[in-house]
This record gives sequence, C-alpha cells and structure tokens, in this order.
Amino acid sequence: MRRGRGHGDGTVTSPAGRVGRVLVNLAAAGGLVYLFLPIFVIVLFSFNKPKGKFNAVWQEFTLENWADPFKNRPLVDALYVSLRVALISMVVATVLGTFVALALVRYRFRGGQITNLLLVLPLTAPEILLGASLLTLFLEPHLVLANRQFTLGFTTIVIAHIMFCVSYVAMTLKARLRGFDWTLEDAAMDLGAGPIRTFLRVTLPLITPGILAAALLSFALSIDDFIITYFVAGPDVKTFPLQIFGQSRTATPPQINVLATMILVGSVAVLAAGTWWGRRRARRLGLR
Amino acid sequence: MLERDPEGRKQARVAPWLLLAPGMLWLFLFYFFPLWTLLRMSLSSRPSRFADPVFSWEWSNYSDAFSRYGAQFSRSFLYAALATVAALLIAYPLAYVIAFRGGAWKNVLLGLCVVPFFTNYLIRTLAWRTILGDQAPVVETLRSLGVLAPDGRLLRTPLAVVGGLTYNFLPFMILPIYVALEKIDPRLVDAARDLYSNTWRAFRKVVFPLSLPGVFAGSLLVFIPAAGDFVNSYYLGSAKTTMIGNVVQDQFLVQLDYPVAAALSFVFMAIVMAVVITYARLLGTEDLV
Repeated sequence: MRRGRGHGDGTVTSPAGRVGRVLVNLAAAGGLVYLFLPIFVIVLFSFNKPKGKFNAVWQEFTLENWADPFKNRPLVDALYVSLRVALISMVVATVLGTFVALALVRYRFRGGQITNLLLVLPLTAPEILLGASLLTLFLEPHLVLANRQFTLGFTTIVIAHIMFCVSYVAMTLKARLRGFDWTLEDAAMDLGAGPIRTFLRVTLPLITPGILAAALLSFALSIDDFIITYFVAGPDVKTFPLQIFGQSRTATPPQINVLATMILVGSVAVLAAGTWWGRRRARRLGLR
Repeated sequence: MLERDPEGRKQARVAPWLLLAPGMLWLFLFYFFPLWTLLRMSLSSRPSRFADPVFSWEWSNYSDAFSRYGAQFSRSFLYAALATVAALLIAYPLAYVIAFRGGAWKNVLLGLCVVPFFTNYLIRTLAWRTILGDQAPVVETLRSLGVLAPDGRLLRTPLAVVGGLTYNFLPFMILPIYVALEKIDPRLVDAARDLYSNTWRAFRKVVFPLSLPGVFAGSLLVFIPAAGDFVNSYYLGSAKTTMIGNVVQDQFLVQLDYPVAAALSFVFMAIVMAVVITYARLLGTEDLV
C-alpha cells in the first residue's frame, strides 16, 4: 500500500492538479459556509431588538430576549405540544418499526421482498401527498368510529407522525442490523436459554444502540415536521412549526430565534453525548 | 436448531408475520388506504359549496386540475430540477473532500453538515428571508456592485425560491453521495494513476461513475420533496412563483375544494413517478431500493 498517495487522492504533481485540488477544497469550504449562514443569522437575530413586529432587519444588540425566552406563551405551549407528539410517536413508531426490522433481517420468508418495497414507498412519497391523503381519510365517516369522522387534532397528528416514522425506524434499524451475528442467539440457546431469555439478554442489548439511533431520528423528524401536520392538525391544535407559520403572517418575535438556538444547542449536545456513549460502549465491549 | 442462510436468517412461517403485523397494519391503514380515499375524493363532486363531496366518477376534476394549474405544475418541476442541480454542485465537492481528505475529522465534518438541520425548517427559511431581505447587506452589496439594479431585489424572485429549496434539502444530497464515495477503494484510483491517468481523468473515469448510485439517490431525495414544497415559495417567493404545493394546500385548507385538490395531488404523484422511472432508466440503476 502506498500510504503517501492518501485516500484515492493521487499525488498531485502538475501545477494544474494542485490548483484543481485547492479549488475543490475551496468549493467544499464554501459549501460549509452556505450551510451555516442561516444558522449564524438565526443565532445573531436572537440578540436583536427589532423595531415593530418582524424580527427581520438588524437594529441593535440586546440580551432582553434571552432574559425572558419563554415570554411568548403561544409559542411555548406549541413547543410543549410538539414535544408530547414527538415523544408518543417516537415510542410507538420505534416499537412497531423495530418489530418490522427484526422480522426482515432475522427471517427468510415469502413476502419479505414485497414488504421491503412497501416500507420504502412512504419515504419516497412527497409530504404533501401524505398530508392530503390522510386528510381525505380523516374527513370520511368511518365504520369503526360508528360512522363519525375523526376529529382533527392531537390524535390525528400523532397517527400521521407514527405513520411516517415507522418506515424511517424500520429502514434505519435494518441498515444497522445488516451483518449482525445471529449465531450468538444459537450459542445462547445451546447453553440452555429459552427464546425469550435469549432475546432479552443477548439480542436486545446488542441492538440497543441501533434502536436508540432510530428512535432519535424519529423524534427529530416528528418535531420538525410541518407539511403533513399542517394538513391533519385541524384548527385548534398548534405544534411548534404550525404556531410559527401561523404567527409569521403578523409577527416574528425574537423569541422564535431564542428557542431555535436553544433547541439547536440541545440537539447538538444530545448528538455529541450519544456519539461519546456509543464509542465508550464499543470500547468496553471490545467491539472495535 | 433451525438452519440459517448465509446472511444468518432463519426460515420461518409464522414468527415474521407476527412481528410485521402491527407496523404494516399501521402503514396499510394510514398510508395505503388513504391513497384510496384520496382517489375516491378526486372523482367526487360537490353538489354545493358547503355540501360534502359525493363520489360520482367526476373526471372533470382532472381536466380542471390540468387546465387551471398547468403553469404551477411546470414551474414546480422546473424549480425542483434547478434546485436538484444546484444541490448536486454544492454537495459533491463537500462530500468528496470529507470522504477522501477528511482523515480523522470525517465524522465531525459529516456531523457539521447535518447540524444546521436541527433548527426547524420554517425558521431556516425565515432566516433566508432575512438574509435576502431588501435592506439586508447582501442585497445592498449587490446593488452597489451593480449586479442588481438600484431597485433590484432578491426576495420574492424565482432565484430566492430555488435557493431556498436547494438549501433546505441539501443534506439529502450530501449524505448519499458521501456514502457512495466512502465505499470506493482508494487502490482503484492508485491503479488508474499507475496507468498514467491524471487526477481529473481518474476522477472522471473511476471515482465519478462509482459514485453514481449516490448521485441518483441524492437527486431523487432532493427532487421529490422540492417539487411538492410550498413553504419556500410562500416565504421567499411571490404570487408569480406559486408552486403546485401552494395550490394543493390552498384548495384543501382554504378553498375547501377537496375534489379538485385531490385530483391535483394525484396528477402530481403521477408526474413524480414518471420522472423517477425515466430517471432510473436513464441512469440504468433500476435496483433503487
């Protein structure tokens, strides 16, 4: 192996090659700047003291917004609704999605292929189609509901979120479980453990990091969703994105930026902690 | 003990179905079945403005959808295509540098590409509205440089909408391309260079073809949500940039004209599927999943 050549980058000998290399690096750096530009603006404008109702033009620096981040009650209430929706959908979708993924990676059975395809379809559908079709479902009277319609609100939002999260959870977990050594289960059973004990003591602890990653993804997707929620929420219940959208016609208070910055810092912390925990665990178990 | 196949899977009849049942039932009830109710709705008619729609093989909803909103359809797909190309141009060098030159920083850099998307979609788009605003430094600089006319603007133009779409779906382009590039064996490039290929040629003949599955997946993951989006057009565009998402949203939730809205959704889905299939044929990657 010629290490000096780096990772498939080749030795750059000609001046043209060197220029090309620098240009590609610059393009990548530019890409990163582009990615972070709006984030910079969001954080910056959390320190702005807007004139009027829209926090869109820089006026002057203030710490006022941070002194009272929960000043805007409707926004905070909506955030609370979002958290509840995300938590419930995460739990249900993770359980359902984990079962689906386990069925697909542990067993060879007729219909496995078609199940894979059915699972991917919701991921490729435009959100607007998912929202629109669910709305028509909720508008129709249903036999199970004694011929009444669904009441649009918290329940219908949760139903929708579980629907799109199940697919994501199942697909993520399936990818993580590929290459899992299932003979460990055989070993446990050979040593006299029953199937349930084997699952709880051997399989489950080993697949837990994958399940947690899938659960986090589901939580993030649910809390961020706007389009589907907008269709099925009805007039009374507002999630965080719905509240921002509704408010943004008449006002964009700087508290939006404060809360957004707090959420950003919080999620980065969770992500970093998760990575750290995963690495420590891998080292302890001697997996890597 | 049950026999396992090379991938360690057991042959079984009942167990997998028991595991699948709850999740798949949920998908059937709230994904597949709603498509059926949407189809029925698209063929219904409304006896009067406030009456419930009744199923009546009302095909005219479809011709209405096409004739009234043809402009929005073509605009949506044009904007989505432009955003896909722009996202590809921005994402490819980034993914390339992370995959081949990232070294020990690979995971951190990849994480950095995802971090911006932990802020809400609407808030990000609102931030672009601030950046491109008429009194913002960007526009003022462009005006003083003469790139924009003294009364020229960026906000409420097609450019702003395409830019917003590009930005909001960028990670969906970066991640698949990165995954594809990461899989490439660096020795292949060494081999090309040993055969007297220069860096550019090695890239064109070896690296790029091998990264095509990532490009393909990324393009679809950007194109599909971009074509159906209405938030970017709403915040960054004007009445002249309305996309099909805006129309569907408006018909469903404001005008309450469910049958026409449903027909619009179906036509939209049909076009998206046609585009996806054509694209798959063109690139020859039919094993999508």
